[in-house]
Amino acid sequence: MRAWLTALSAIVTRENLRFVRQRGRFLAALVRPLVWLIVFAAGFRAALGLSIIPPYQTYITYEVYILPGLCGMIQLFNGMQSSLSLVYDQEMGSMRLLLTSPLPRWWLLFSKLLAGVIVSILQVAVFLGIAALTGITVPAVGYIAVLPALLLSGLMLGALGLLISSTVRQLENFAGVMNFVIFPMFFLSSALYPLWKMAESSPLLRDICALNPFTHAVELIRFALYGELHLTALAWVCASFVLFMLAALWGYDPARAMLRSKG
Amino acid sequence: MTRLEISQVSYSYGSRKALDGVSFSVEAGRFCALLGPNGAGKSTLFALLTRLLATAEGHIGVAGFDIAKAPRAALARLGVVFQQPTLDLDMTVRQNLRYFAGLHGLSGRSAVLAIDAALTQLGMAERADEQVRALNGGHRRRMEIARALIHGPEILLLDEPTVGLDAASRQAITDHVHLLAQSGLAVLWATHLVDEIRPDDQIVVLHRGKVLRNGSAPDLAGGEGLAKAFLTMTAEDREVLA
Repeated sequence: MRAWLTALSAIVTRENLRFVRQRGRFLAALVRPLVWLIVFAAGFRAALGLSIIPPYQTYITYEVYILPGLCGMIQLFNGMQSSLSLVYDQEMGSMRLLLTSPLPRWWLLFSKLLAGVIVSILQVAVFLGIAALTGITVPAVGYIAVLPALLLSGLMLGALGLLISSTVRQLENFAGVMNFVIFPMFFLSSALYPLWKMAESSPLLRDICALNPFTHAVELIRFALYGELHLTALAWVCASFVLFMLAALWGYDPARAMLRSKG
Repeated sequence: MTRLEISQVSYSYGSRKALDGVSFSVEAGRFCALLGPNGAGKSTLFALLTRLLATAEGHIGVAGFDIAKAPRAALARLGVVFQQPTLDLDMTVRQNLRYFAGLHGLSGRSAVLAIDAALTQLGMAERADEQVRALNGGHRRRMEIARALIHGPEILLLDEPTVGLDAASRQAITDHVHLLAQSGLAVLWATHLVDEIRPDDQIVVLHRGKVLRNGSAPDLAGGEGLAKAFLTMTAEDREVLA
């Protein structure tokens, strides 16, 4: 067991070292949600009327509503960024080094996943700090209660990234991931508008949003920020994580690995 | 004592057969050159030996462990230098080695001692705190060999480790790995360059996924020299190209 934890620590340390070096990645991860929070939310505040919906007790501003969705956005982008880095690692060969370690492959991939999630939680923490400085706050307990929610949602989105990296073998194909995964997941969710609002324009789109695991990640984070547990969202996020992780492990099975790359 | 045993191993990429009934073994203290032209199946065999690929056809034994049944025990006894560099260029030499030591469950003082010993053995101790990006190709390769030795493997696999190096670096690395074999390691060295082979090395000639010959350098060379014998054995490719 000690060897397992040593490997986990080595992988987390490496990811953090890489993250600290990539200041551009850190800034981009922060600027993106801040632009949404400060510019987009200001523009849409008047256009979108929100009723009182759980977990909120009163009418809220649009900035307050989208705060959890933007936390989810950071994790979504980070999950895909990790996926990109896995594809890069495969092309550069360092994935081989990881996979030839004498530890179970699922543990190595889980460690890699967890390392990325820790980075995403750091990004969310800084984002919430900046949001608080601009006056967008949540109850104090929420800043602690959100940590396990961020861990779970990060693992689920990271596992999705891992699954994608097991199917996308070249960096050039990664733009497709942006178009076909990140944007639909983000816009077809409750990150920017509540589902009842979506139902007003299209019940079908509302149903699609309700099936989107990212919606449940956002709701898990939203309720956790107010010290509450959303059990349905928790179940969805956990089930999606297990599903994505099992599929990713299947994708990285040595009996299947590299088949596509060699034709 | 047999350290690496490969028996009737086959592997296909879809309908294309990359390896076809490959069998040979490497003893402790032997330098075995896996000699073959590009596309012979060397990298596929290395992927199977390191369990990046798996096959149901044939048997691979690493230090007595079946890689299909006990992959972790087998991988713990393998040191690997991949053809493609697998270094993190923006980390220092020591950070790279510490990461690898961690992947093999080594931490704390035991990791520090193993890293220092491997760096000293490869003459890289004074470069431990340099960024890998600052090292030349020869030193990067040395570092990768040092890294492959950290966990005390019984078998060292090197997949065309001298590709892209200048003549002096090639010579130095080839000499050093021969010394490692003399110290008791079983070495499997994939190459297509006959000048990296010494007279007392074992040679396995792999061509189109099959073992054409398995013997010592003088046996294979006959009277015509190793380079010419190798070219003759693998001549059909050039005839096709011509």
